[in-house]
Amino acid sequence: MSEQIEQALSRKYDAGFYSEIESETFENGLDESVIRRISAMKNEPDWMLQWRLKAYHAWLKMDEPEWAHVDYPKIDFQEIAYYSAPKSMKDKPQSLDEVDPELLRTYEKLGIPLHEQEMLAGVAVDAVFDSVSVVTTFRSKLEEAGVIFCPISEAIQKYPELVKKYMGSVVPRSDNFYAALNSAVFTDGSFVYIPKGVRCPMELSTYFRINEQNTGQFERTLIVADEGSYVSYLEGCTAPQRDENQLHAAVVELVAMDDSQIKYSTVQNWYPGDENGKGGIYNFVTKRGLAHTNAKISWTQVETGSAVTWKYPSCILKGDNSVGEFYSVALTRGRQQADTGTKMIHIGKNTRSTIISKGISAGRSNNAYRGLVQMGPKADGARNFTECDSLLIGDQCGAHTFPYIESRNPSAIVEHEATTSKVSDDQLFLCQQRGMDAEKAVSMIVNGFCKEVFKELPMEFAVEAGKLLEISLEGSVG
Amino acid sequence: MLKINNLHASVEDKSIIHGLEMEVKPGEVHAIMGPNGAGKSTLGYVLSGRDGYEVTEGSVELDGADLLDMEVEERAQAGLFLAFQYPVEIPGVSNMEFMKESVNAIREHQGKEPLSAAEFLKKAKAAAKQVQLPLDFLKRGVNEGFSGGEKKRNEIMQMILIEPRVAILDESDSGLDVDALQVVADGVNSQRDGERSFIVVTHYQRLLDYIKPDFVHILADGKIVKSGDASLAHEVEKSGYSFLGKKYEEAEA
Repeated sequence: MSEQIEQALSRKYDAGFYSEIESETFENGLDESVIRRISAMKNEPDWMLQWRLKAYHAWLKMDEPEWAHVDYPKIDFQEIAYYSAPKSMKDKPQSLDEVDPELLRTYEKLGIPLHEQEMLAGVAVDAVFDSVSVVTTFRSKLEEAGVIFCPISEAIQKYPELVKKYMGSVVPRSDNFYAALNSAVFTDGSFVYIPKGVRCPMELSTYFRINEQNTGQFERTLIVADEGSYVSYLEGCTAPQRDENQLHAAVVELVAMDDSQIKYSTVQNWYPGDENGKGGIYNFVTKRGLAHTNAKISWTQVETGSAVTWKYPSCILKGDNSVGEFYSVALTRGRQQADTGTKMIHIGKNTRSTIISKGISAGRSNNAYRGLVQMGPKADGARNFTECDSLLIGDQCGAHTFPYIESRNPSAIVEHEATTSKVSDDQLFLCQQRGMDAEKAVSMIVNGFCKEVFKELPMEFAVEAGKLLEISLEGSVG
Repeated sequence: MLKINNLHASVEDKSIIHGLEMEVKPGEVHAIMGPNGAGKSTLGYVLSGRDGYEVTEGSVELDGADLLDMEVEERAQAGLFLAFQYPVEIPGVSNMEFMKESVNAIREHQGKEPLSAAEFLKKAKAAAKQVQLPLDFLKRGVNEGFSGGEKKRNEIMQMILIEPRVAILDESDSGLDVDALQVVADGVNSQRDGERSFIVVTHYQRLLDYIKPDFVHILADGKIVKSGDASLAHEVEKSGYSFLGKKYEEAEA
């Protein structure tokens, strides 16, 4: 069976096309002048430039982390271009009519409708192409509700007070190697602000696309939910199929004020490289949320792409009664490597967290869950429940679990459950004996395994995630 | 309808079935009995095409088509159904979802439109009622946490929904109390329409009190050593397999 699995798993990457768009791309390399140029391109105020430079100098003194259960050649940071933008974006389009039609076609190919008239589903989209945000839809409707949803470069111009106050407040500039790099060179991303007591009237969504060769994508997302507000946000990612590895180092910061709720969902489908491990995206991402009193932060992620993933969406449960959740499906195949999980830092009283992690490994891939649950001395009555399940397809893949539990409060309760199972020949045979082909059977079994996580995704994206898994598993058994 | 000619099959290079002959005509019920290790379960797996069960000689025809040339799912689509002795669990996949995929995959093969969720639900509810499984079993994961008897009834429920041409029941009676046995038998009897055929593999005669076989075959050493009518089963019940020789007398003791 395993040979057939391997053979079949070398399926085509659907989003692997490259768009012929005239771009303005910096030459490879990184030094202070590059950062000054990025800042100047974006017409940034001086405080932003200074912030970037501080991050850059901190980064220079830092080392690449090596503790993750992944293996890849050392990245040469001078071989990366730190800025790329479609040329036609120079005079930013005021409406969709002015957007390069080739760019719109790119998004259409990806199944991301940007035309508002098509968007009856009511999802507002911000699309980031290489280093710049190309278009944000449904703005006026959001403005009516007082919601700010715009590219972060625009927020720096228009809402400097908000950005100054919150950027770096959850993920400090020098938090870690990749966060520091991002802080120095980030080019775009989304900014969301939900005012007090407002329930955001629609799902917000950002699609990230790396198009140019040898460019890195360093986006930065900042979401602030003011007291008593609610927002659900989804990001999706794809990249063309290339032989070289490309770096994606993003930072996402969430601030959930008292009584607010942020639901952040990710469907990540960066190019994973070919079956021999050639090419693919290095996905080194820092995501963290800060929850104040009675606030709730939920991370839901479906990770199927990237050659190497290094990602731990975390919650700092600072306020009393705050809640953190992490629901994750990570699928690796071919030579993909994933080291992903979460951190739940319980600081306030009666804080609660739930971690449901589903790792699926196929081919010769390696899939690791790494999670930290920390109960601080003041976290009276805090509770955590962790469930960590691994599913193996074939006999050449690996699943690993690295749970870290630190409790400094005797009244805190931490529960951890872990299972490892295989898509068994018996299960496959049962499905086939009932008339289903092996592919359908595997996809059904895997979907069943992931059900607890999929039900956390917004409805339309749960369908998308199911389909993505199905495509990713296409021909996984013969 | 099902014609088995000189079938030889082996598992991991060990020959289990050697020279099995059998013909099942439309509407017939054939019971297969025999001592442990005779190859009874192997026969079901060989016919349904399970990996690792290798046919070394002979042929099998289903409605004139070469069964052995088909993939597992193609055999199922052609109308072959196997009720498992030990049904496996599929966590997280609801029984309902599983059966709907199954029924619609088979319908697709038959060139029929897939059943809508509502149409299917109606059929599934009726089938659950027939095998006396509470309706929440439709929502539960396939065989997940089911008792032995519930699993067997779940197999019969699938058979009722799929309406196969030929159903092989692999010891569907083992471990069942009389009530459950009755349910399993009723499931089979309700499907008897003069067209569908059944191969009932069993250790015990008692199931055959409820499902009346047209033929009873004794399988030993990988082939059919004796065939007869229902009275043969009674004979086995009474005096065991002594007629096969000393070896089996001891094995059954």
